[in-house]
Amino acid sequence: MRITKVKYKDALIQALLFIYLIFTVYPVFLMVITALKTNAEIIKHPLSMPIKLNFSGFIKIFTTQNFALYFRNSFFVTVLSILITVFVSILLSYALARYKMKYVNPLSIYFLAGMMIPIRLGVLYINELLNTLNLIDSLIGLILVYTAMTIPFSMFIFMGFIKMVPVELDESAYIDGCSERKILFRIIAPLIKPAVATVTIYNFVPIWNDVYFPLIFIHSPEKKTLLLAVTIFFGQFQTDWSLVFSALTVATIPVLTIYLVGSKYFIRGLTSGALKG
Amino acid sequence: MKRSKTSFAVFVLPAFVIYTIFMLLPLISSLGLSLFSWTGYGEKEFVGLSNFSRLFTENPFNVRFFNSLFNNMKFFIYTIILQNVAALVIALLLNKELTGSKFFRTVYFIPTTISVVIVGFLWTLIYNPLWGPLNYVLKSVGLEFLAKPWLGDPKFALLSIAVANAWQYVGIPMMLFLAGLQSISQDIYEASDIDGVSSWQKFFYITLPLISPVIFIITTLTFVGNFSAFEIIYAMEGTLAGPNYSTDILGTFFYRTSFGQRAGAPPDMGLGAAIASCMFAIIGLGVILWFNLYGKRENY
Repeated sequence: MRITKVKYKDALIQALLFIYLIFTVYPVFLMVITALKTNAEIIKHPLSMPIKLNFSGFIKIFTTQNFALYFRNSFFVTVLSILITVFVSILLSYALARYKMKYVNPLSIYFLAGMMIPIRLGVLYINELLNTLNLIDSLIGLILVYTAMTIPFSMFIFMGFIKMVPVELDESAYIDGCSERKILFRIIAPLIKPAVATVTIYNFVPIWNDVYFPLIFIHSPEKKTLLLAVTIFFGQFQTDWSLVFSALTVATIPVLTIYLVGSKYFIRGLTSGALKG
Repeated sequence: MKRSKTSFAVFVLPAFVIYTIFMLLPLISSLGLSLFSWTGYGEKEFVGLSNFSRLFTENPFNVRFFNSLFNNMKFFIYTIILQNVAALVIALLLNKELTGSKFFRTVYFIPTTISVVIVGFLWTLIYNPLWGPLNYVLKSVGLEFLAKPWLGDPKFALLSIAVANAWQYVGIPMMLFLAGLQSISQDIYEASDIDGVSSWQKFFYITLPLISPVIFIITTLTFVGNFSAFEIIYAMEGTLAGPNYSTDILGTFFYRTSFGQRAGAPPDMGLGAAIASCMFAIIGLGVILWFNLYGKRENY
């Protein structure tokens, strides 16, 4: 009697969770099926499944629009920003975790402050700065901004991991004649691979998805990032829904793939970042 | 082992230079820019506090500013209620750790990884008055009187956007609540069982107080996020944040002033910097105030 009651309650919970699942997935699902329908079909049967799969939207954005180029731009910006962030943040975190100097604490706070403040409040000055450096309307300018933006979180994660590696390991390697650079890259770096995965996956999402900075800094059509192109596209082709939703789907696939492959690291990054206090 | 000042500097310098030049310096210098008048091109002219006095007292700037500030507060309250209550309920259900919980959790997080503008566009489709699914469903279940142009009605537009925003971000508070719930020792619940405590009492007298640090963090994150939001409004209502500025928040007002071309008029970056300074002050003061309030509450 008691057991059946508990099972009944469990089933109810699972049903509720399932209903919320549908609410979560439906808009994404709608995006994909809308992309696969013809425009006439979208207007006539907005909610039904496509009668026949129509890939013309997907083909058109790559043939008549420059989406291959925008894709490459986004990829270039995202990958390079992450590579630089990972590299400089590992160096920084190693120094802050291992050196016993009076600068360590103030510096840690100096960098951690960046986790709380939205960088976009400084956009007017960054705009000026990039103008002066001749980096406005350039992908390099974007990369520098994204690198600066992701350093605090990356440092936070790397420092936590490096502190867990016993100092004795550094010392014995040092006695064996290892240089500090070798200690860091040959001994410590391989031990903190999960941290590298967390930093990479967690930073990939906001950098790839960002529209704010490209909207302000990028003016030339050939330098648009994918998300900026999609945003402008949405305004221009409001009547060609199949085309627009193909573009939205294409822009979503990379982040979704990264997330589904590394959801463990993404969620870890999120919870540890937020629960730092 | 020898650890010299020089090698310390070599390790710290690359990150320090990039972070300082492209993040910290801009945040501080942008505040300074509010004391100048300029359009983004040509010379800056020092004007003292006149950008602020225009912002607070001169029509139409003051009307737009206080309207966007008020809307921003509404947006924050909507989000806190919609997103975080839903997140807590889901977290409580997931905390039972039934079959499939991990899978559910992973899926609930998907919207968080999608770009804000794409989420905005998707919900524009859902709210479409002619053939959007929402009105379609309302009509087909006989609730036709509820169907409306959601994003075109000044009374509902901001709330509708807040729903889309909550849909996207509910995963974050959900995960944090879940982490909080999992850290509560089961002993406390077992002890309360012996004392004959009801489920509701357990929730209000044990669970809620013990996850109050999480509630605190979530409120802070939501506050900072909402008061620097821009893309969701931009995607769903454009830079004019219609209808009739009913969805205008500080982020859209700032963007319009600093970068938008209003009928051929040049952008007013000085005034924009004044708005950014206000946002900075609101976020900063809000967080500090909240930290103090919370700190006091913890002393009981």
